[in-house]
Amino acid sequence: MAIFRVLRDRLRALTGRARVEREIDSELRDHEDRLAERLEREGLAPEAARREAHRRLGDAVRLREAAYDVRGGGFVESLMHDVRYGWRTLRRNPGFTLAALLTLALGIGANSAIFSVASGVLLRPLPYPDPNRLAMVWMTNSRINLIEDWHSFPNYWDYRSQNSTFDDLAVFNGTSRTVTDEGDPDRLIGAHSSAHLFDILGVRPIRGRVYIEAEDRPGANRVVVLSHGLWQRRFGGRDDAIGKRIQLSGVSTEIIGVMPDGFAFPTRETEFWIPTAPSDGNRQNRGSLWLQVIGRVKTGVTVAQAQADLERVNAGILERFPQQKGYGIYVRNYRDQIVGDVRPAILVLVGAVGFVLLIACTNVANLLLSRSATRERELALRAAIGAGRGRLVRQLLTESVLLGAIGGAAGLGLAWIGLHAILGSAPPDLPRLDAIALDGRVLAFTVVLSLVTGLLFGLVPALQLARANPGETLKDAARGSSGLGRSLRRGLVALEMALAVVLLVGAGLMLRSFDRLQRVDLGFRADHLFTARVGLWGQRYQPAQARVDFFAQLMDRLAAQPGVAGAAGVGTVFLSETPNSTNFSIEGRGDFPPEQAVEVPVDSVTPDYFRVMNIPLRRGRLFDSRDRRDFPPPAPPPIPGSPAGPPVPPPDFNAVVIINETMAKMFWKDEDPLGKRIKYGQQNSQGPWMTIVGVVADTRRTGYDAVVRPETYLPHAQSPDSGLTLVIRTQNDPAAFLPSLRSVVRGIDPGIAVQGGRAIEAELVEMTAQRRLNTMLLTVFGVCAALLAAIGIYGVIAYSVQQRTRELSVRMALGASARGILGLVLREGLSTSLLGLAIGLAAAFALSRSMASMLYDVPPGDPVTFATIAGIAALVALLANLVPALRAIRVDPVQALRQ
Amino acid sequence: MPNTNADQLHGTLDMLVLKTLHAGPQHGYGIAVRLQQRSADVLQVEEGSLYPALYRMEQRGWIDSEWGVSDNNRRARFYRLTRAGRRQLEAETESWRRLSGAVARILEA
Repeated sequence: MAIFRVLRDRLRALTGRARVEREIDSELRDHEDRLAERLEREGLAPEAARREAHRRLGDAVRLREAAYDVRGGGFVESLMHDVRYGWRTLRRNPGFTLAALLTLALGIGANSAIFSVASGVLLRPLPYPDPNRLAMVWMTNSRINLIEDWHSFPNYWDYRSQNSTFDDLAVFNGTSRTVTDEGDPDRLIGAHSSAHLFDILGVRPIRGRVYIEAEDRPGANRVVVLSHGLWQRRFGGRDDAIGKRIQLSGVSTEIIGVMPDGFAFPTRETEFWIPTAPSDGNRQNRGSLWLQVIGRVKTGVTVAQAQADLERVNAGILERFPQQKGYGIYVRNYRDQIVGDVRPAILVLVGAVGFVLLIACTNVANLLLSRSATRERELALRAAIGAGRGRLVRQLLTESVLLGAIGGAAGLGLAWIGLHAILGSAPPDLPRLDAIALDGRVLAFTVVLSLVTGLLFGLVPALQLARANPGETLKDAARGSSGLGRSLRRGLVALEMALAVVLLVGAGLMLRSFDRLQRVDLGFRADHLFTARVGLWGQRYQPAQARVDFFAQLMDRLAAQPGVAGAAGVGTVFLSETPNSTNFSIEGRGDFPPEQAVEVPVDSVTPDYFRVMNIPLRRGRLFDSRDRRDFPPPAPPPIPGSPAGPPVPPPDFNAVVIINETMAKMFWKDEDPLGKRIKYGQQNSQGPWMTIVGVVADTRRTGYDAVVRPETYLPHAQSPDSGLTLVIRTQNDPAAFLPSLRSVVRGIDPGIAVQGGRAIEAELVEMTAQRRLNTMLLTVFGVCAALLAAIGIYGVIAYSVQQRTRELSVRMALGASARGILGLVLREGLSTSLLGLAIGLAAAFALSRSMASMLYDVPPGDPVTFATIAGIAALVALLANLVPALRAIRVDPVQALRQ
Repeated sequence: MPNTNADQLHGTLDMLVLKTLHAGPQHGYGIAVRLQQRSADVLQVEEGSLYPALYRMEQRGWIDSEWGVSDNNRRARFYRLTRAGRRQLEAETESWRRLSGAVARILEA
């Protein structure tokens, strides 16, 4: 194949010109020898024969050059020559080179950093075999407008046995246990799951085994599978951990296996897996939603097909159980499930850095254009002495690609720094955080990006050169640059301005959202508030009174600690998206129809909770020592994970409840809710009627951007949960309170572990970390873009003024006023900038809609943002134009004309 | 692709070299000698034209070259006709026949 031969020759030529030349030389010498021998045979004297042969072979040097070119050396050599020449040119213009390199490094570095994030989060496959076939199955709940509600066990069982599109389906949910054996008690996060979860995920244990179906029922031998991290941390990675029995919240449990390093399902924190073991009650109860479902669809089955299949199964369920009305099916690809929420944000960032790079390219192209105008003479000269036009274009492109390559290398360094900054402030729950790295993929991306960038910004000046006529240029160069170059540069300026405006609008919208969000009243005072979780376990706390006493004693002791202004407990401070919640009934109103039933979270609090949190009381009273009981109240429908209380006797105490303002407004519009009675479940359910004794202000407990839902609070003394989240108002830094808390808890019961322990403000920061990061990045990109654009505008106008010095001087000499000259220069520059501004605003208006999901309480077309950005951009453009324009009128006409 | 409209002079030399190599691989000196003999000493090939022609044809992929050992045990670079060269030779021969036929008809008219 000719192409291989050419390639081989070129490669060989690359490795050594000397060798190629030696080969050619020896071939020619051989020919000369033979010719001389023949001439001698034909009768010439040896010396004359040699001379004649030498003459006939002609100019060996010329032959060698021709041969070398053919054998491939020419291309490589001229490339090396171009690179060397380009390098010299770049070094001769350090100002230009530095400006171009900085611009490129910024543009390429930002792109590489953001690409690492996008690549890690969106592109790298999940660590499961054939991950695309994994799908989450959710229940849609139109009663409370939830699209990702959990399932009851019997519903799951129907999906599993009646579907035709899944290999298998498994259930799981998160849980936690206190482990106590040798060593300190430790509160661990783990998960319940069906036995076949591991088969569905396709991951095998590295030691021992996972549990089997027979172990997934009540009464079976209790078994646990450990994460690699937990095995290393608590059992030193020893093989004899398998078969060992440990105490998990007081239950003797056998360790049967260890999962591989990196396996963490469903969350990163999960460290152990135990069977779900649904009770007989749970197997029957369709009203208890406590399970998440994941499945592996059959090969070739789409999510839509699986969705249709399960909808069919669900239709059968609805037919048999009409009270399930309002529940639907939502099947979602597992990867989408994990990264779906951050994908729009990442794509917006990718678009934003792309814009920054485009601006950078435009700037460098502009720099090159300005410079190629001054180089026109040099290039024309080279053309005149025989360099082909193609050769000159190639040389210019080599220079720009060289710039791109150096800029890319510097950019990679910037990307490394940038990526560490991003990872440092990334939300810890950013999906696939561990998959983000400057890996080979990013490296390849950067290399390609640098080369493409170099070609992109080099193409404009190179093409301009290709069209130019060298002869014309030689004559023309003295008089100034060609009109084509000028309009090209002005077009680039407008483009730059437009891109910068788009980015600034994006950043402005994010900043305004963030500002709005920061002003949201959470409904409680978050400063100096420490939070940690304490969970009771074991026989000792089976009696409800023991749990009440423990927490009462804990609060008393904590309040007595120095530096503590108040301490209380609550079920959870921050509600997850699907909190433990239940429907309820109002006395005397009859049952809500199923589709109108509203679920409320059930939270028990200690009496001081509202005071410690600074949640104002609107009406009635807070809990106090009256709100006691002498036996456990009926628990709301069983909440999985918490131990079931003893059987419920009929109530003979005054059960009370506090509701929030939203609930009061929603259900007692014009009435006074105080004294009214509600109960969890239906009218005829077993629970007691609870009297509303108080209404407290709303709090945003699912985060800043949450909708406030109706909420109920019960006194812990009447609803003695075994685990509470403590909130402790400290006088000093709350983060430093953990050791005191530990010692207080240990003083009451050394077997109880403290879980977590940090300032609530830190948690709030974490809740907004992603938004903060997006806002910060977009702002940085926007400011970079504006700066680059300003530099670009300045450069072009300054250059144009410099080119027109003579003309402007003539005008001034003929009597034009300084103001007239200023106007003349400004008009030209500003018209271009304002055109770009207008285009940018229009483009931003069209593009900002893609950011809608990232905004909070700010419409994508927010007029305030657009007006502000337009003002800022106009100001920047004015400054960038004004500086060179002012320089123009300071020119001394006489001096300029003499030059 | 056969290049039939190249400079006639170059084209003719190329065609003759290709024809010579049609008989088998040959080194540069051998090609020159054979051309001279075949043309009964009418054509004297200038080495200064021969080698550029060889390199040019090698670049175009008509011929291929490699080091070998010649009849009297000397190392020499041998040129060999490639498939593309064979096609080119046919095309050139055909075009030459047409041209020379036309010239002959005019001269004899």
